[in-house]
Amino acid sequence: MDVRLGDIVLKNPVIPASGTCGFGQELTEWMDINQLGAIATKGTTREARYGNPLPRIAECGHAGMLNAVGLQNPGVEEVIRHEMPALRALYKGPIVANISGFSLDEYAYVCHRMDEETDVAILEVNISCPNVQHGGMAFGTTPDAAAEVTRTVKAVTRKPVFMKLSPNVTDITAIARACVEAGADGLCLINTILGMRIDIHRRQPVLANRYGGYSGPGIFPVALRMVNQVRHACPDTPIIGCGGISSADDVIEMMMAGANAVEIGSQNLRDPQACQRIISDLPVRMSELKINHLQDIIGIV
Amino acid sequence: MKQSEWTIESNLPIAYRTFEMVLRGDTVGILPGQFVDVALPDFFLRRPLSVCDIEDDRLTLIYKVVGAGTSAMSAMQAGTRLDILTGLGNGYNLTLAGHDVLLVGGGVGIPPLVFAVRQLLNTGRRARVVMGFNTAREVFGEELFRRMGCSVEVCTMDGSYGKKGMVTDLLTASEPFYYACGPLPMLRALVQKVGTNGQVSMEERMGCGVGLCVGCSIRTRHGIKRVCKEGPVFSADEIQWM
Repeated sequence: MDVRLGDIVLKNPVIPASGTCGFGQELTEWMDINQLGAIATKGTTREARYGNPLPRIAECGHAGMLNAVGLQNPGVEEVIRHEMPALRALYKGPIVANISGFSLDEYAYVCHRMDEETDVAILEVNISCPNVQHGGMAFGTTPDAAAEVTRTVKAVTRKPVFMKLSPNVTDITAIARACVEAGADGLCLINTILGMRIDIHRRQPVLANRYGGYSGPGIFPVALRMVNQVRHACPDTPIIGCGGISSADDVIEMMMAGANAVEIGSQNLRDPQACQRIISDLPVRMSELKINHLQDIIGIV
Repeated sequence: MKQSEWTIESNLPIAYRTFEMVLRGDTVGILPGQFVDVALPDFFLRRPLSVCDIEDDRLTLIYKVVGAGTSAMSAMQAGTRLDILTGLGNGYNLTLAGHDVLLVGGGVGIPPLVFAVRQLLNTGRRARVVMGFNTAREVFGEELFRRMGCSVEVCTMDGSYGKKGMVTDLLTASEPFYYACGPLPMLRALVQKVGTNGQVSMEERMGCGVGLCVGCSIRTRHGIKRVCKEGPVFSADEIQWM
């Protein structure tokens, strides 16, 4: 079941997505986190952030949910001082540190600090958070801005940099190409789709932030299509496929579309044992589908 | 904290849009003031519901029909199996209570007080329960508390049952340690009148219920806390009421 993300080998392709597993601690109460292919930690900024006002979660029937958490995190110094060592004490596998920023300077600062953190294997640079003003997604919606962030962070780190892309764009392949040409070692897609729910009794948005990121099974076909487009646009670039994956079959489908590994997001929130279930189901489905090695199916469609 | 399968034994209306569901399953380790997170077949997120009572392998939940999810729940038949996460959140610290203890509940904030009262009475405390509702048809639980052996006072906002007014109209500035659960305006009024010598159970819209998504974080006097993980029970002096 092992897969590669550039030079890094994962024992299986399953990574809990940033923002759905904190810094790993809480997941240990539900599963053996050492079974995971990697862990993507909570989006980290320079300063500590509370995030957006409540409510910041809204359901979308069986299709998924909206969140407008707004990058709550304890700030990069606290993450380096406490969260990463605490995670490392429990978990031996690769750590993907998700990084966010509100300016080029901030991206550079946080990536530079994480570069010094030996426990971190990959920097996943979020240029796609839909829930913050100024910054976040603003950097991920034009090829020039995305390339500028990529160049900026590549200049301050020797660790592999994966850019996390927004689906809220007209042509995701243009953004993907710009990132790769600017030196990105890999890509992660998709982040959440900007959405909204309205409370028809109160005649008000459900989310205090009005809009939020839509995730869950309902976005899986969109994520699959975008991963497939980017796989064809950037044939040699490692891709972490993300968006609505909730089963071993979804993992296989996402890998056939072009992903080298996958992130499981919202499904962890419905089922904190989702990653473990998927990891144990995968070999069974592989054998039923006559897949000898997951590497063999990446991007075959 | 565990994930397990439960079987509905009964699911009956007990007041206006209010249902009592009794389930059978593994109750080991569930504490008063904790909550459970119920997966519903056609809804993505689980429904966090406070634990009303535990007796042997029976778990009682009392919930109000407020949307499509709880509406679907109210139509579930005995024998239906449900996937539930149990033992979530911190629960009340019952050691903080002296011999006399006050319990204050508003509407569907009342259920978690039942299990708390049972344990308080078991440890020789004398409990007084004060509960508030909007109107007579919403009232439930009065007989239950009385049978357990505590004094019970009920008020309604419109005066259609019990005393007219709010729970705080029945309280003074010098009350014993309290445990409270109910709507934010009620808790705020309680703190204003009685002070912060008590524990309150907070409610927020949750994503995961297990501390993963930080969707329910509140700012407290001791920093940011997740209602689902560091809560739902907080010391009343910890909450920023204004």
